[in-house]
Amino acid sequence: MTQPAQTDLITVTIDGREIAVPKGTNMIEAARLLGIDIPHYCYHPKLSVAGNCRMCLVEMGMLAFDPATKQPVMDPASGKQKVNWMPKPVIACFTNAAPGLHIRTNTPLVRECREGVMEFLLINHPLDCPICDQAGECKLQEQATAYGRGYSRFIEQKNVKPKRTLLGPRVMLDDERCVLCSRCIRFSKEVAKDDVLGFVDRGSYSTLTCYPGRRLENNYSLNTVDICPVGALTSVDFRFKMRVWFLKQTPSIDTESSVGVNTTVWSREGVIYRITPRRNDAVNDTWMPDSGRELYKQVRAENRLTAALAAGQSATLDAALAAAAELLKSAASAVAVVGSGRSSVDEQFLTRKLAAALKAPAWIVGRAGEGDGILLSTDRNPNTRGALVTGLIKALPGPQLGELAAAIDAGKVTTVLAVNEDLAAAGLTAAQLAKVRVIYLGTHANATSAAAQVVLPALTVFEKSGAFINQQFRLQKFVTAVPGPAGVSDDLATLARLLVAVGGPKLGETATTLWPALAAEIPALASVSFAGIPDEGLPLDSKPWAGLRFGEGASLHFQPAAAT
Amino acid sequence: MNLKPETLQRIDEVITHYPVKRSAVLPLLHLVQEEQGYISREAIEWIAAKLELQPINVYEVVTFYPMFRQHPVGRRHIKVCRTLSCALNGGYRTCEEFEKEFATQRGAISPDGEVTIEFVECLASCGSGPAVMIDDDLHEKVDCAKARALAAQIKAEAAARTK
Repeated sequence: MTQPAQTDLITVTIDGREIAVPKGTNMIEAARLLGIDIPHYCYHPKLSVAGNCRMCLVEMGMLAFDPATKQPVMDPASGKQKVNWMPKPVIACFTNAAPGLHIRTNTPLVRECREGVMEFLLINHPLDCPICDQAGECKLQEQATAYGRGYSRFIEQKNVKPKRTLLGPRVMLDDERCVLCSRCIRFSKEVAKDDVLGFVDRGSYSTLTCYPGRRLENNYSLNTVDICPVGALTSVDFRFKMRVWFLKQTPSIDTESSVGVNTTVWSREGVIYRITPRRNDAVNDTWMPDSGRELYKQVRAENRLTAALAAGQSATLDAALAAAAELLKSAASAVAVVGSGRSSVDEQFLTRKLAAALKAPAWIVGRAGEGDGILLSTDRNPNTRGALVTGLIKALPGPQLGELAAAIDAGKVTTVLAVNEDLAAAGLTAAQLAKVRVIYLGTHANATSAAAQVVLPALTVFEKSGAFINQQFRLQKFVTAVPGPAGVSDDLATLARLLVAVGGPKLGETATTLWPALAAEIPALASVSFAGIPDEGLPLDSKPWAGLRFGEGASLHFQPAAAT
Repeated sequence: MNLKPETLQRIDEVITHYPVKRSAVLPLLHLVQEEQGYISREAIEWIAAKLELQPINVYEVVTFYPMFRQHPVGRRHIKVCRTLSCALNGGYRTCEEFEKEFATQRGAISPDGEVTIEFVECLASCGSGPAVMIDDDLHEKVDCAKARALAAQIKAEAAARTK
């Protein structure tokens, strides 16, 4: 008998091996903990259980008790308590842990069930895997290999269904490939709260479709492509661009908002092909917004800055840095620094150091948007908390650089160092920009780079390593997915060298070498090393900033402090 | 949606029969089809709003049941059985006879607007085929002669109505 008293753990037996799992754990998850694969299509850990694919059938039994005496019935052969096996299989996804539960996943009955389910699924499924966009990440293909019978008995005509239905601006549907698992339907209803998908003409011609006149166009529609176990739903942007097995996967962070959605960047030979969500049960589960998947396009945008400029002429980085240092030093104490909530923690630390060395005030630009209550927050800076933690700013930023504008008008500021922020977009007028000398470190050309005396090219989030602190005060790192454009040095190196050039201390020029200084100087990051930040992020103590009124509302896995 | 007050009253009443509103989808569809002759897109959206569902949830049900029509039909709906017993007894000939009588094709509304003729699956009257249902009335052993008689009756009623 098991004793789940204190921890609420329940011991179940899977293929003769015992494992203690929390109450409510289903058998697919319990088996996963033991390294046993129970194949499935419709089950998804973050969606409700539908139980319609029948692929996860297993044999189930319970420990035997004498009905009259309630005493355990012992098996004389093994000396252990007898197990009463049920004659029919059950679905593992809908079988939750119960005391004394036994399941078997490798018996002839289970094998026959899987072969049967596979055979029915393949009856109407096209057999053009080589040209299917899902090849390489297709559950049907994998499970046909592992659990299929290997040859077909089907000699009739396959069903014909719509092949190219555009469900929305970003999702394409091939109904012939659909195995009717209903994951996309449940996702739309349960997570995206946009119930537009359904099965019509149920029967041999069951067809997935949108309600006529409606489209699958919410900002989470591409998650249906991720969770589709087969090639039925494909991304309009990615389909037929690249075979997935050629792509390198790099962990990254969505820079769209302070939610800090964990992502995987898929690239080949220095080119990014797609961005997908990376599971983090404390942040984004397995989802991400569609808008975040487009961000890789900025890497090869036409207005990308690829060379340093000094006084309007292209210059070497060294020359541009020297010119920048000269401008900053000659301005005496009339310098202002504009940092960014889009810079990493390490860059913000160096920006703060630069401001200190120049005895300059520092701001960052607040970026407000509409929160959707799921994975986009009202704070569209990924790292506002980082600017607070590194001490770059003390108070929450406003959307406009009003104080800076006033200081320029008053003639108190004659030189501005802008790190990855367009001053014009942040409210400075062309006249104000013309009054000051600007040193701009940024990724793309804009009004500020056009007005700048010195332009230092920078890297996008995909081309560098660093860390952001999200709305939960969770420190999350991203690493280099693709190399930056030729001739563009890492932002940390540029900032560290500029710091030395203006007479500041010599600090590390990479995330790894810089972090010891961060850990030593910033109490919240003491004992943290860059390599030591775990994949799921590191929650920091938010108490020192409890007095600030952050703007974010509730979203997935986040409650604003006031509400809790 | 222009439903008669009686229909609206019956709809409100039937919803109270179920523990959750969603369960009233089928009776509501029947009531609307009874009055309007078919289920329009507008009706689907009206029912969804009435039962606090999304239109797709109602649309799924409509497409599952052949008895729900998504297009208007003639004043009378003639359903000719084509399942085995009736087919062996001349169901196809019966159907063609109706088509000739009303100068129309299966599935279309006849030019005079009187009827829509359709094949259906088993009407559960296999011992007396060919079976035909005209609206809610079952007619047994409908051979060509009886089909002509039924058609004549429909035309006579139509003539009487227009007089």
